[in-house]
Amino acid sequence: MVKASLGGVFAGRILNVSLTMTDQGLLGPGCAWFVIPVKVGAVIQFENVGLRYGMGTEVLRDVSFQVPPRSFQFLTGPSGAGKTTLLRLLFMSLKPTRGLISVFGKDRARISPRELPLMRRRIGVVFQDFRLLDHLTTYENVALPLRVRGRDEASYRQDVIELLKWVGLGERMHVLPPVLSGGEKQRAAIARALIEQPDVLLADEPTGNVDPPLARRLLRLFMELNRLGTAVVIATHDLTLMDQVDARRMVLTGGRLDIYD
Amino acid sequence: MTEIAERAPALPARTARRALTPIVPAQNVAGTALVVVIAIMTFLSCLTLGAVTLVRDSSVAWQTEISREATIQIKPGDGVDMDTALVAAQGLAAGFAGVRSASIVDEDATARLLEPWLGTGLDLDELPVPRLVIVTIDPTSPPDFATMRTLLAEQVPGAALDDHRTWADRLVAMARTTVAIGLAILGLMLAATVLTVVFATRGAMDGNGHIIEVLHFVGAEARFIAREFRRHFLVTGLKGAAIGGAAAIVVFVGFSVWSSANLATPQGDQAAALFGNFAIGLTGYLGVALVAATVTILTGATTHFTVAAYLSELDGRQHA
Repeated sequence: MVKASLGGVFAGRILNVSLTMTDQGLLGPGCAWFVIPVKVGAVIQFENVGLRYGMGTEVLRDVSFQVPPRSFQFLTGPSGAGKTTLLRLLFMSLKPTRGLISVFGKDRARISPRELPLMRRRIGVVFQDFRLLDHLTTYENVALPLRVRGRDEASYRQDVIELLKWVGLGERMHVLPPVLSGGEKQRAAIARALIEQPDVLLADEPTGNVDPPLARRLLRLFMELNRLGTAVVIATHDLTLMDQVDARRMVLTGGRLDIYD
Repeated sequence: MTEIAERAPALPARTARRALTPIVPAQNVAGTALVVVIAIMTFLSCLTLGAVTLVRDSSVAWQTEISREATIQIKPGDGVDMDTALVAAQGLAAGFAGVRSASIVDEDATARLLEPWLGTGLDLDELPVPRLVIVTIDPTSPPDFATMRTLLAEQVPGAALDDHRTWADRLVAMARTTVAIGLAILGLMLAATVLTVVFATRGAMDGNGHIIEVLHFVGAEARFIAREFRRHFLVTGLKGAAIGGAAAIVVFVGFSVWSSANLATPQGDQAAALFGNFAIGLTGYLGVALVAATVTILTGATTHFTVAAYLSELDGRQHA
């Protein structure tokens, strides 16, 4: 059901649909097929998680929190507080030194290397430095998650084109990343994170390289996604950005996490 | 957001249907350098292999040539009628099973043999020069040399049989040593090729670390990533190995043509005496193909293990 709903997302026309909660889930008026089931339990859960690099002091200490389904939260804190490290733990590219991390109900420690790619497909990541492949066009970069699944291009071409139009890159889809502006790269990176219709979107300083108007537009894009059912975690130290949304704030200071709902 | 979407005009179908760019970039500086390194190492390995093949074939030819002949030498002495002795020795040798022919080296031929040392116009009657009978042998069933030697000693005064055994034994030992040295050099060359290809491939792979990382983060399975890189570097390895192997074959064919074109010249005869006709034969060409195939497979295997190690590091590490 979630997959069907996000197929509709890419067709721009339904983006401003206001969703309402029903017994079956979230329902968009005029789009009977556009139903997102209500999920229960946390998508990602941390319990007393600690992490140290080598023999150094702990970078993260006793971090406990949940990322509920369809939630929206900011992860903030001063530079070097461990935001990126925490995001990497969320994305399973690091293992904790201690504590328990549960991802989609599964203990991180018990996820085998074979399962990891399948789990990662449910988590979209927007990197601070975009991580676009310079030799692939914008279209190919955005389609990459589908391509690596071995899907035939014809089966996803239209979805990718619509998503690119949605993020305002319709005219830049056959352009290589080196000629894209910072904002365009950021939107391409976001589109790539969304193409697989993830359950969770993690964004590391997504507005760090764009001007304030574009930052606001990107924020609205994240909020729209959230309304459509994706849990969003945005790591940022941009207070102006955070002030625009009444959302949960997770503040990292000295390796400890404080949560302000 | 809708306004952003509306700004994008409909794209022409042709632009949306272009062929997808390979995930691993087709070629870069490191890739070109890898092709060159693989080509050079394959070329050198093939040359070494060809040289070993040539020496081995030549040594076998020398041995066969020598074992095909024996010589009866008759020393002049008191009471020895040289002509009678020569005819007797020839008749005795020709009567043995396994002897194809026995021919007396006449005075003119003997004089020509001695010409380099004694000059022209030599009168053999004035010097006590030994005379020879050349015995041509069937190499598949040689005669009983011991009996022949005994009968010659009894029946032909001053006659001695030289079956070239001592010379052949020395030659065989020398040829074996030469081939062993050649094989050792080939082994070292192949080891150097393996290490060079491994390190050059790893070097070229280093420039692609960011691609592996991005593929990893977008949920690509390890086998997909390994397959993409293996395919790319197999093609790279194949290009280099094909260029190196082809260059080696050109060299061998070139030498062979030169050797054939110079058959009647002193230089050609000298080279032919040492190395035959410079042709490495079917075995040599198969060896070249084998070296090229090994290098190609090696490149692919190195790529596979490098990607696997990289992914294992990304997945297995406790900390960044």
